Parts: sequence; structure tokens; C-alpha cells
Amino acid sequence: MMLQIRNLRYTVSDMPDGRRGAAEKERDILDGIDLDIDAGTLTVLTGPNGGGKSTLAKAVMGLVTPDSGSILFEGRDIMPLGVTERARLGISYGFQQPPRFKGIRVRDLIEIASGRDDLSAADCCRYLNKVGLCAGDYIDREVDTSLSGGEVKRIEIATVLARGAKLMIFDEPEAGIDLWSFARLTDTFSELHRKSDAAIVIISHQERIMNIADSIAVLAGGRIEKYGRRDEIFPSILSGSGSYCDYLKEECGK
Amino acid sequence: MSLTRTDLKLLREIAELEKTPEGAYNIRKNGEPAGRASTENITISPKSDRPGIDITVKDGTKNESVHIPVILTRTGYTESVYNDFYIGDGCDVLIVAGCGIHNGGCGTTQHDGIHTFHIGKNSRVRYVEKHYGEGKGTGEKIMNPKTVAYVGEGSFLQMDTSQIGGVDSTDRMTEIHVGKDAEAVVNEKLMTHGSQTADSGMEIDLEGEGSSGRVISRSVAKDSSVQKFFPKMVGKAACFGHVQCDSIIMNDAKISSIPAISAESIDAVLIHEAAIGKIAGDQLLKLMTLGLDETQAEERILEGFLS
Repeated sequence: MMLQIRNLRYTVSDMPDGRRGAAEKERDILDGIDLDIDAGTLTVLTGPNGGGKSTLAKAVMGLVTPDSGSILFEGRDIMPLGVTERARLGISYGFQQPPRFKGIRVRDLIEIASGRDDLSAADCCRYLNKVGLCAGDYIDREVDTSLSGGEVKRIEIATVLARGAKLMIFDEPEAGIDLWSFARLTDTFSELHRKSDAAIVIISHQERIMNIADSIAVLAGGRIEKYGRRDEIFPSILSGSGSYCDYLKEECGK
Repeated sequence: MSLTRTDLKLLREIAELEKTPEGAYNIRKNGEPAGRASTENITISPKSDRPGIDITVKDGTKNESVHIPVILTRTGYTESVYNDFYIGDGCDVLIVAGCGIHNGGCGTTQHDGIHTFHIGKNSRVRYVEKHYGEGKGTGEKIMNPKTVAYVGEGSFLQMDTSQIGGVDSTDRMTEIHVGKDAEAVVNEKLMTHGSQTADSGMEIDLEGEGSSGRVISRSVAKDSSVQKFFPKMVGKAACFGHVQCDSIIMNDAKISSIPAISAESIDAVLIHEAAIGKIAGDQLLKLMTLGLDETQAEERILEGFLS
């Protein structure tokens, strides 16, 4: 098993009116998550906003520290490990809202991601082409505010591709990306899935992405509501009831 | 005078020189000439009344360079040097200056370089100035450069100035007078650490119709170092000026960034922007998800910021 998550819990304090004290409420962001992900599979994590999808992904990368539970990566307990160590073990994560960097060029970021000092311009361009960017126009541009949100997002995805990690997590890769590029991106995920042994986890609301998944997990209220093969889960999402089902039906209808 | 290994290292740091430069050059070491060459179009001659040199570039000189590095290796040595540049019309030249101090002793070593540029019409000049200090001695390494430039009609001056490490104290002043249809661009890069102090004053006077000026200042202050910036852009005619100061603050450092714009003409358009902040947490985390540790991530962010 590539990734094994057991009874993962994460709670934050809500402070009404900004006051601390007796009125302070605890809110479960992750409320006992169990999830198994195999190598060579593509899993879509879906569900309403605030359901805990990003928090779960960040907990796997080490960006969020859960209160309790366990995460095993290839059988190893990674809870005591930091972000860097997890990255070096083979976990990667594409940010939903990637940061920008003054003075760091697109090729620098992809080079860092690939872990190679000698990454050729051709290799660098290959990753950019996979996310629908015309590489020649981009490799020497800085990843700063001169790039649009969609451009930064696609570069972010290219950095995850360049990692060549064993577990790749993409947090809403479709956000801010135009339709044409999105179609290209879906092909890229399909191809990646076909050609590699990596476990791919994509947080998404898009039917198109769900269509290429092996499994779908629905997260709502910090719990896994449904998890199973796509052909079992997807029809139940479309015909089901409950807030997340309505939400997804709406999303799929777009 | 022969150059030691320390000298060559300093020259590499400040002028990226591995050997004697091509074109015109003047190497000054501890106040003495350590090599000089003029070319057909560029003449370097020593001043008779005070320390320093006159550099004269003939009209129409293109694609030539002048290297005038200064190195100081004697502890306790201080000097003031006056270098005057006379650049003709229709030139396109690169000027590489800079000062490297190796202070292995306990005395203060100080170089105050006063550079004045007289640039003719329709010329392009790129002036690169790097300051660098090293040495394990307790003596201070001080550099107080002053640059004055008169940019003639239709000319362009780009000044790239950087001080990335090792200078204990600097108090620099840059004063540029920009003529009709001329343009001046100043790229300043500054990094301080330990208990270093850096004061940087600038005044860009946009004096001619159609003149423009741009100041792009980026700095990083680490440890308990202190930086102060006073860039001022004065619009005296129909002109465009932009001042941009951007600093990263770390540890217990202090930074004051006080840009000023001042208009003396109704047709002057002037903008300033200034920002100070620490390294964003999500930048560090992003690079850590790519396999860098926190220190490597921080170095990479600073390297990019000052590139």
C-alpha cells in the first residue's frame, strides 16, 4: 500500500467575535479519516468546500500537523517527518494557491523540482507543454505578479510533474484554468496515470477529472462519506441526496 | 606590481576578472597603480592634483569596455579617490568599477570613491559597480561611494550597483541629472548581515523635456544590521519617474525606506512604491515540498530576490 491513513483528526478553535475563553468552540476539520491509496491508481477527492479535502492533502505533505491518527507511506510512519523529508521520500503536492517568487524564473523552479542542476531547456519545456504552456514564452519569465493566476497554477502543476514523485497530490488543478488548457491537463493526468506507477490524488469537482479516476472519495464535514470505484461512486453522487450531492450536481452541470 | 591570490579573488568578486581585462583598464591596489591600459578610443590618465584618474571616451566609441577595479588589502589604509569620466557623443560603452577590501588586521580599511560621469549626446552607458569585503580581522571595512552623473540629450545610463556581503558600513550617495529625452536607470542590490549598517541616498533630477528615470532597489537585511534608503526623484520638466524599493527583513534587522517624489512641473509624472516584509511562509513551504530544506529554501529565495 502506498498510503495508509488511519483515524486522522485535526481540530481548530473557532473564536466567536474574536474573543477567547468559555465561548471558544472546537471545530473538527478532519474527523477520523481512514483512507488507503494504492500505487498506480488515480483517486479523485471531492466534496463541498470546507469538507476537509485540502487539509487532508496538506496533512499528508506535512504542511498541516494533525492532532492524532497515523499516516503510513510505503509502510513507514511519516507523522514525525517534516515537509522536506516527506518530499525526499517521494510525496509531492501542488498548491491550490501557489506562491509567487520575485526573481525566480520558471526554469529555476522546474529545475529545483526535478532535483537536477543540469536539466536541459528541452526537458524543462516538456513539462511546460504538458500543462498547455508554450514553453519558449515562459521558461525565462519570473514566477512573479507578471503572470496570471492561471499561468502560475499551470506552472505549479508542472513542478509536481517534474518531481516525478511516487505520490502526487494536486489540489484543485482546474481552478483558474481556461477550458482549452483544462482539456489538455486532463489528457496529461490520463497519460501520467497510464505511463507511471505513481499514486495520483486529485482534489477536484470536475466531471471530466472524475471520468479518468479509478476511485472517488467524497469528503464532507471532515469525514469520508463515500469511497469506492468510480463506476460505483459517480452515479451515486449524481443521483444521491445531501448537500454535497446537490453541490456536485451543480458543478457537473456547468 | 604583481597580484597575489587574495588580489585575484577580490578582482573576481568585484569585476568577474580572471585575468587582465580586455580593452581599457586601471587596477588600483592599496593606492598604487597595479596595471593600466588605454585604447585607441579610451584614454586613462592619472590626475595631477589629487588621487584618481580621468577616463576619456572618444565620440562614437562602440562596444568597448573600461574596467577600473580598486582593491585594498592593507589593514588601516584609508583613501579617497576621484575618478572622472568624459564620455563623448554616440558612444556605447560598459564601465565596470567596484572595490574589494580584504582586511586581515584590526585597523579600519576604508575606500571612498567619488565618480563623476559627463555623458554626451545619444550615448549608452552601462556602469556596473560592486562592493565586497572579506577578511577575518577585527578591523572595519568601510566604503562610502559617491556617484554623480550628467546624462546628456538622448543618452541612456544604466547603473547596476551591488553590495552583497562583507562591508561593515556604507554611506552611499548617487546623484543623477537627466537631460532632454535622456533616461537613467538605477538597479541597486544590497545585503547586510551581522551588525553592518548601510545608508543609501539617491537623487535623480529629471531636468530635460521627455526625460525619464527609474530606481529599482532590492535589499535584504539579516541579523541585527540596519539599512536606510532615501531615494528621491525630482521632476523638473515633462518627464516620467518611478521609484521602487523592495526589502526583505530578517532576524533583528531594521530597515527604513523613505522614497520621495517631488514635482516642479505640471507635466511631471512620478510614482513611488516601497515594501518591506519577511520571506513569505508559503514561499518557504513550496520550496520545501520540492525537496529543499528550510535553509536551502531561504537561500534560494534571497538569491532570486537579489538576482
